[in-house]
Amino acid sequence: MSEHAQLLRIATAGSVDDGKSTLIGRLLFDSKGIFEDQLASIEATSAKRGDEYTDLALLTDGLRSEREQGITIDVAYRYFSSPRRKFIIADTPGHVQYTRNMVTGASTADVAIILVDARKGVLEQTRRHAFLSALLGIPRLVVAVNKMDLVDYDEATFEAIRTEFTDFAAKLEVHDVTFVPLSALKGDNVVDRSEAMPWYTGPALLDHLENVHIASDRNLTDVRFPVQYVIRPQRADGLDHRSFAGTVAGGIMKVDDEVVVMPSGRQSTIKAIWGPGGAELDEAAAPAAVTIALNDEIDIVRGEMIARPGNRPHQGTELEAMVCWFADDSTLTPNKRYVVKHTTRDTKAIVTGLEYRLDVNTLHRDPDSTELGLNEIGRIGLRTQTPLMYDPYRRNRDTGAFILVDELSGNTVGAGMIIGPATTGSNVVWHAGAVQRGDRGQGRTLWLTGLSGSGKSTIASEVERLLIESGHPAYILDGDNLRHGLNADLGFSAEDRAENIRRTAEVAALFADAGVVVICSLISPMRADRDKARGVHSAADLPFTEVFVDTPLAECEARDPKGLYAKARAGEIPEFTGVSAPYEPPLTPDLHIRPEDGTAEEVAQRIVSSILGV
Amino acid sequence: MTARTAVTLSHLDALEAESVHIFREVAAQFERPGMLFSGGKDSVVMFHLARKAFWPAPMPFPLMHVDTGHNFDEVIEYRDRVVDQTGVQLLVSYVQDDIDAGRVVEETGVGTSRNRLQTAALLRGIQENRFDAVFGGARRDEEKARAKERVFSFRDAFGAWDPRAQRPELWKLYNGNHRKGEHIRVFPLSNWTELDIWQYIEREDIALPPIYYAHQREVIERDGMLLAKTRFLETLPGEEARTELVRFRTVGDATCTGCVESDAADNAAVVAEVAGTRVTERGATRADDRISEAGMEDRKKEGYF
Repeated sequence: MSEHAQLLRIATAGSVDDGKSTLIGRLLFDSKGIFEDQLASIEATSAKRGDEYTDLALLTDGLRSEREQGITIDVAYRYFSSPRRKFIIADTPGHVQYTRNMVTGASTADVAIILVDARKGVLEQTRRHAFLSALLGIPRLVVAVNKMDLVDYDEATFEAIRTEFTDFAAKLEVHDVTFVPLSALKGDNVVDRSEAMPWYTGPALLDHLENVHIASDRNLTDVRFPVQYVIRPQRADGLDHRSFAGTVAGGIMKVDDEVVVMPSGRQSTIKAIWGPGGAELDEAAAPAAVTIALNDEIDIVRGEMIARPGNRPHQGTELEAMVCWFADDSTLTPNKRYVVKHTTRDTKAIVTGLEYRLDVNTLHRDPDSTELGLNEIGRIGLRTQTPLMYDPYRRNRDTGAFILVDELSGNTVGAGMIIGPATTGSNVVWHAGAVQRGDRGQGRTLWLTGLSGSGKSTIASEVERLLIESGHPAYILDGDNLRHGLNADLGFSAEDRAENIRRTAEVAALFADAGVVVICSLISPMRADRDKARGVHSAADLPFTEVFVDTPLAECEARDPKGLYAKARAGEIPEFTGVSAPYEPPLTPDLHIRPEDGTAEEVAQRIVSSILGV
Repeated sequence: MTARTAVTLSHLDALEAESVHIFREVAAQFERPGMLFSGGKDSVVMFHLARKAFWPAPMPFPLMHVDTGHNFDEVIEYRDRVVDQTGVQLLVSYVQDDIDAGRVVEETGVGTSRNRLQTAALLRGIQENRFDAVFGGARRDEEKARAKERVFSFRDAFGAWDPRAQRPELWKLYNGNHRKGEHIRVFPLSNWTELDIWQYIEREDIALPPIYYAHQREVIERDGMLLAKTRFLETLPGEEARTELVRFRTVGDATCTGCVESDAADNAAVVAEVAGTRVTERGATRADDRISEAGMEDRKKEGYF
């Protein structure tokens, strides 16, 4: 392995007897990740216990009580490498305390491997692990369909599992799923391609892990630098050095960039960037640990955030989040106080509400629940004592994540993923009797339609930013994000797509009624559905602007930012707009945007000018 | 001109960044951290990384050596040279002091070592210096109990590790909460492997004690391991010393740290050798890990690092 190899972090998941330990053992063994003395040691233990074969699980079960009971209690980290990559596997237990451990192991993973026993197919456990992987924002799933040797290497069995899982994953907004039929025991398609499955044309598992493209997972757009530590040497030789150390959490920071320090709002420019030990750099991106100096004397302390003036994180004390509860001796209940650790900032917080508890097996939401117990997941409201500077977790795992710490014991009791600011807008609607629409400012809906990859979301973000900067309340309803929450129960059938648009239009109208400029960013392929959305608004006498982001299919496909077209062409995504499902372009859009109209910023400026008349 | 960037990171860059983040987190969260330093390759790399993390300021914590008294002379010379050259503060906690004061009893006979006695000297050193965080150079790939250890490992007032009550550790968020008397062991090299360490030593051109490179030495073969013939090693009747070309993969108590036959005389040769080895460094060179399958776990529960 060269020193320039890339690091890939993997989390494994699977149920009890699906052969996970055997698979890890096989990967380690065949890639020389198991050493002779380790093997001799587990062979001796297996023999002492009277096992008929060497139990590779002993490799990862490192604690006395695990080996004695033959169960895995806690996450273990394993390491192996190939010529191109170094792999860190977080081996998470399948059964005991599954959620807490899976969440722990998955929080930093680039790829999740979910094992499925070919004889049993997609189980509740499989769905749970897929859901947790999606919740934790792991960008890529590998479904390892194991024990193919026990189903005679039958293609139909594999295809049935692939279809069933794909249908389920569509609801989770997990797009990048790869399926590998294998036998961990026999070594089929693990490190080497199997001759027993000539119908499978994809790569062996290790080959896939070596080549999966991970660079695009990083957020290189939004500059985020949580200040971790101030470096100010006190030296007799008069060295005058003052710099801010931290780990880049997003974007590409460059020397001479204009920056804003939050929450003070003071602005300056970057004077210098140094890597560890003082190596001068021109630019840095996540997850580089660097030190920066600014051109102006600004008082900055740990817990503050450096961003770009035109692209700031959210700042506030009221937010909503998904939380996984870890404590076995206490529950999460509304009005309880905790310490929040978020980026480099610690602050006190109070749980303002539990919106629902989620059953991770059925995805059923229980809005009547009053607490979260060990391993339970729910959506909460949180009020912090000092403002947090954050992004939604889906946009940035580093600035969107936090842990909850018990004030008394100091223990970590929960893991949180921020959804966004608390939606107080609904209160305005409920108490509308005392307020007239004219009192609230002019709300309206901008409806962006276009193919996947046409640039809708980028334009929407710019429009939102321009509006907020000019003092207009604005909010994006993004098709992807809505499918995470409001429309999480919907798939991609024609009926579900229509329902997706209907709900979004109703929500948009409520926002617009509340005085917010709503930017809806959805493919919304069918003319009839978009017309109904317009109808909802005109019935409520609210302005509605249809914006056609008219990027040709070939260009969208060439961009393919999420790799979806490639998958659709490979037949892995059924019903993909533009490829295997129709798109009906608007006949008379209110605004027509073509690629030659300029950058997203320029287009956004034009849209904002046209609707605000500025 | 090529841009100097940290936009694409190699695995060594990524590991370095993770370790640097951990050092800074500890310096920010704790009042009195200290760093264990033995002169062994892992603690040398850890020290190198810590100094880089706070550049151009000095590293904001002292080193502490838990000295069994059974050292390789080359390692103590190296340790003292590093202290002289860098101006860092070195504290030493001597196992001999505990023996002399009757706080621990030294086992006698062939095959005994002072390794286990280190725990008392370590805990005493932590208490005397009022450390609330102690860096150790342990890696998860070294040993199966260590594969289960957190980066921030909570230790109670007795310094003990409870593997079943570890704090979940997610993202880059490290929880350093503790009460008076308790402390946190911090392992910035958790995700490094032996090969990563050597590749980094080669890349950064870090100086190590000479015993890490091939040299002629008098050794005694015992239980399939080559032990250095030193003034500390008791020999059995019939054990004959012979001279071999060897090097050390780990450095610890001279009575229980074996060496391996090797002709790897420089960093590049060692990297090549480590990349091809089929035996772990502990399996090859640590007699004390062979005591029982849970030897490391048991010692960690007592307060070992």
